[in-house]
Amino acid sequence: MPLLMPLVVAALLFAIGIYGVLARRNAILVLMSVELMLNAVNLNLVAFDVWLRDELLSGQVFTLFVITIAAAEVGLGLAIVLLVFRNRATSQLDELVELREEAAP
Amino acid sequence: MTAVVLAILAPAVAAAVGFLSGRRWAWTAVPVAVAGAGVSLAAAIVLCARAVLDAPVAEALQGPRVPTGTIEFGLDLRLDGLAAVVSVAVAAVAFAVQVYSSAYLKGDPRYSSYAAFISLFTAAMLVVVFADDLLVLLVGWEVMGVCSYFLIGHHWEQEDARAGAVKAFVVTRLGDVGFLFGIFALAFAAGTFNIGGVTTAALDNGIPESTATVATLLLLCGVVGKSAQFPLHTWLPDAMAGPTPVSALIHAATMVAAGIYLVARLYDVFLLAPATMAAMAVIAAITMLGAALAALAQDDIKRVLAYSTVSQLAYMLAGLAVGSAAAAAFHLLTHAAFKALLFLAAGSVIHAVGTNLMADMGGLRRTMPVTFVTMTLGLAALVGLAPLSGFFSKEAVLGAAEETALHDGPVAAWAGWLVLIVGLVTVAVTAAYAARMWLMTFFDGARSPVAVHESSPAMRWPLVVLAVPTVVLGVVGVRAEWLPAWLGVDEQLHLSAVTSVVSTALVLAGVAAVVLVWRRDPAGDPSARLAGVRPVLAAAFFVDELYDRAFVRPVRVATRAVRWTDDRVVDAGVVGSGRGASRTADLLRRTQAGNVQTYLTGLLAGIVVVAVGVVTLT
Repeated sequence: MPLLMPLVVAALLFAIGIYGVLARRNAILVLMSVELMLNAVNLNLVAFDVWLRDELLSGQVFTLFVITIAAAEVGLGLAIVLLVFRNRATSQLDELVELREEAAP
Repeated sequence: MTAVVLAILAPAVAAAVGFLSGRRWAWTAVPVAVAGAGVSLAAAIVLCARAVLDAPVAEALQGPRVPTGTIEFGLDLRLDGLAAVVSVAVAAVAFAVQVYSSAYLKGDPRYSSYAAFISLFTAAMLVVVFADDLLVLLVGWEVMGVCSYFLIGHHWEQEDARAGAVKAFVVTRLGDVGFLFGIFALAFAAGTFNIGGVTTAALDNGIPESTATVATLLLLCGVVGKSAQFPLHTWLPDAMAGPTPVSALIHAATMVAAGIYLVARLYDVFLLAPATMAAMAVIAAITMLGAALAALAQDDIKRVLAYSTVSQLAYMLAGLAVGSAAAAAFHLLTHAAFKALLFLAAGSVIHAVGTNLMADMGGLRRTMPVTFVTMTLGLAALVGLAPLSGFFSKEAVLGAAEETALHDGPVAAWAGWLVLIVGLVTVAVTAAYAARMWLMTFFDGARSPVAVHESSPAMRWPLVVLAVPTVVLGVVGVRAEWLPAWLGVDEQLHLSAVTSVVSTALVLAGVAAVVLVWRRDPAGDPSARLAGVRPVLAAAFFVDELYDRAFVRPVRVATRAVRWTDDRVVDAGVVGSGRGASRTADLLRRTQAGNVQTYLTGLLAGIVVVAVGVVTLT
């Protein structure tokens, strides 16, 4: 299989992820988009690992690490979103602007 | 020489203990201070006895040398007749004042520091008296100035005490600037800071007349400041805001006499400079008459005594100006006795009546007999009634002036005539203000609303003790060669029958004039008869107002200009740059809108720009 096809798929996945992170309002959808971006990176790692015929399979090992960390990250992120929703009855990112700088007095 | 060191160290140690004791050991203040002054007095009496019995005495104690790079100086002390005699006057007045203060300022919350400052002052004055090095003398001189500042400001809760303290400090400091440069000029001309060395150089023609004139005129600035002579006399009357015993010790008997003492000490140098002697004669003549006239119209009993002190110090300066250091030293001693007595007696009156104003006193001769008798003796000595001490010392000054006027001396004859005539006129004025004060304080009915009674023994006894030298100290002037021999100066006192008769007649005339005026209205103020002249005299010829217009106000205007520059130029720059930074920061502030996605968009845009830049530029 040529290298190009997984790379194109990964680039598309990453672009969709960026779009989701920047454009979606719902915090859960943003988290899912982050997962998409991570998986695009995973795809790249596996593709290059195969292409380079790495003896130590470091790309695949690294992918396993990323998947583990992503799972932990999603767990943490969902907990935060859950708490925010409980406290404020919303998970829309554009409504969570408590930390903005007020105009000068 | 052990006695000299002991005389200086005893009050110094008492001062150190007093400063360290504080509130907790406040009960030690009186015994420590009195013991320090007492030991000092005992040592001074021993020294004086030696100076009188084995005259002439001249001993020097070489202290450690201090290398300076050019002319080195040393912590030298010396003992001679003049120093020994003056040290007794200083120690005796200090002792009397310490005893008197224990009653006068009883229960004062700051008593221990007050007594310690008086002890420190005594030590500093004795350093001046015994110093054999100009820089050591300067140290004592300046320490006295500081003590004077703190003691005048003892009641610093009161506005006039604070103002008086600052004024005394600033005005005397003005003179001390000249004094410091005078010391340098003298030391570089003579090649040594040692007073004995400077005197030797002056006697061996080692100092040219021009240098001597410059140096002595500069020294005279310091003398005029310290001894409250015209034109730097204005601080002394305002210094009366201090407690009365302080006025007695510092502003009558000792510190103000330090200037006179210094001139007597360096007299051989002053004799080289006729111009300085002439300046001294003119200053003395202006001061003695002006201050006596000002004393005639004061309402405050202490201010009368203050102007009287200025006038009497001018007599001493006049004695020096007409070439008689012995006459000046004689008047210094008798004045120390009778003026300390007068101030302490005035303090006793003030303590009893509770006011400084003579208009509120009156009729005290029955209620305060001891104070009345001692103060009468003091006033009689002040006006120079024979045979009290003041008569002899004032006659010594006037006799020296007559001698200078009629014979060729080290000083021009006109200076002698000036001092003689002004001195005689001042005698009459002195008699008038002393009589006015005496009559207003002790005669007529009591005008004070409080029940007056005689002061406590601790305040009475110093008066009685000081009355003794006030009366008998004149005997040392009976024989013309006694005092000069004890002091170790090569001259004789001149007691002239003509001036004695004339001045006694003038005293009687002055007293009689005041008594005649007073008899018409015993409850009133005899000086009210002066009519239009009185305000001028009461304001001491408006010298203070003149200085206010000429110096104080221009300085205030200049300070306002400096403050304006600081506020509107320097501060404006600082505040402006701060405000500018804050406004610029406002623009940046707007970018922080709180939406995470906006930030991320910016981040991504930044990465894209960097990536594109890297790709295209490499």
